Amino acid sequence: MKTLDTSPPGINWPAIAAIYRFEMARTLRTPLQSVVSPVLSTSLYFVVFGAAIGSRMQAIDDVQYGAFIVPGLIMLTLLTQSIANASFAIYFPKFTGTIYELLSAPVAWWEVVIGYVGAAATKSIVLGLIILLTATFFVPLRIEHPGFMLMFLVLTAVTFSLFGFIIGIWADGFEKLQVIPLLVVTPLAFLGGSFYSIEMLPPLWRTVALFNPVVYLISGFRWSFFGKADVGVAVSLGMTLVFLAACIAVVGWIFRTGYRLKN
Amino acid sequence: MPAMSQITPSHIAPSRITASPIISVSGLTKTYASGFQALKSVDLDIRKGEIFALLGPNGAGKTTLISIICGLVNPTTGAVQADGHDIVTDYRAARAAIGLVPQELTTDAFETVRATVGFSRGLFGKRKDAGLVEQVLKDLSLWDKRDSQIRTLSGGMKRRVMIAKALAHEPRILFLDEPTAGVDVELRQDMWQLVRRLRDNGVTIILTTHYIEEAEEMADRVGVISKGEIILVEDKVELMRKLGRKQLTLTLQAPLAELPPTLSSFDLALSGDGEELTYTYDTKAERTGITTLLQALSEAGIRFSDLRTSQSSLEDIFVSLVRDRP
Repeated sequence: MKTLDTSPPGINWPAIAAIYRFEMARTLRTPLQSVVSPVLSTSLYFVVFGAAIGSRMQAIDDVQYGAFIVPGLIMLTLLTQSIANASFAIYFPKFTGTIYELLSAPVAWWEVVIGYVGAAATKSIVLGLIILLTATFFVPLRIEHPGFMLMFLVLTAVTFSLFGFIIGIWADGFEKLQVIPLLVVTPLAFLGGSFYSIEMLPPLWRTVALFNPVVYLISGFRWSFFGKADVGVAVSLGMTLVFLAACIAVVGWIFRTGYRLKN
Repeated sequence: MPAMSQITPSHIAPSRITASPIISVSGLTKTYASGFQALKSVDLDIRKGEIFALLGPNGAGKTTLISIICGLVNPTTGAVQADGHDIVTDYRAARAAIGLVPQELTTDAFETVRATVGFSRGLFGKRKDAGLVEQVLKDLSLWDKRDSQIRTLSGGMKRRVMIAKALAHEPRILFLDEPTAGVDVELRQDMWQLVRRLRDNGVTIILTTHYIEEAEEMADRVGVISKGEIILVEDKVELMRKLGRKQLTLTLQAPLAELPPTLSSFDLALSGDGEELTYTYDTKAERTGITTLLQALSEAGIRFSDLRTSQSSLEDIFVSLVRDRP
């Protein structure tokens, strides 16, 4: 079988733009579900963990507990929203059948991915920034490395949108669409140090935690806020990039073989 | 298997259809993961500018063939060229030339008509063109519905939207998979008109159907596919001559032992029990001979209690074609 990616020249920009705009329009049609709902649930976390419980907690690494959980909460939202957005975006056309048009169009797989993942990541990033803004109403915040903060935000959004895209292609029912986010990602995110430093864990569990990729994301992101981290920032960045590369490789394989798309 | 006919139908200007194929399928097979062999070495040329009807019973492989040409399904073996480009190695150029209207009514729900047609145009790499989108919508009587969400439209209107999406990028080849399945008479007429107009503008059209009338009304050439094989490709006029046979069956009041000699000039068959008499005739003939037959029956004193006519259906033709093959 010849590979699908030997086609010539140029990039189908109108197609990328069409997919991107289509996806963004879908979000804007459902602002309550897309924007208001995650902001509300994050605010509830701040009220419960930041204000009610946080006031009885010790500062961690000299950071007040309410502020300490902000990067973790943003990451939590970023992970779940990126996956939810991107998985639904590609699953739904498969479910309704409208994917026929995508498959019959003169687009390369990476153009389709840029359109869908770009839109999903855009939404998550905007959402992350809205939550950050919301947080400043609850707790005093300082961001020591804003450049790195944005970089982690973008990298994480793109990586997990790709991951969601893969889930959306793999899923052949609504249950499968939910099972990875609910049974894998949410536990990993909660245990990844959203609400605590893994330094607070017993030594054995600290070692176990290092196998959780989310630890590196949250740690790196928190470092960009407070200049302190559970693991080195270079390690965090490296792990994020490894996961990103793995997702790109899987998506490339899916489109080259037509897995769950063309048979 | 009948040879391919070279007759050009009289109502088509010969210059418009050229012998050079715009789609060339060779040795195409498809075996699904389940082991089902949907296509068994299909070879088929579609001529530039023609309307080609692909006929076949359900499950014959029509949709699989179209799906492979359009990029929806990977072939197992074989090659397809569309507009001079290999559909795998040069898929961008090949697909840019093709518009597809699939069989199932699959549309977005919440998009507006205009937005979804614009989306299709972009997806196929064409710059925005509000004027062209407007023209396509008007051609399909969708202009009044341009700002309606697709979910609010009737089934027939959704079908029009799907056609508009396929035409939005000005394809040179248009696939219509069962375009009139579940479509009302008005839309069917509109669709046939549209197809003719497109053909007049040089678009090659391939439609699948299992309605013989549709092929009769529209097609220049007809291909018959059964069990994953193209079993005949023929000029429509020729095929209709073969399909145009009808049977008149008379239920006799009293069984006949044998046909009276006065009726020997008619193409008559007596059933085994002598209770039914079947007359086969050609609907396209100038005289069907029914009047003279009935007169002759009356003169011979043969009375009948009931009568019915039946037309040899495509299914019958398929069955006989398939049965005659080794």
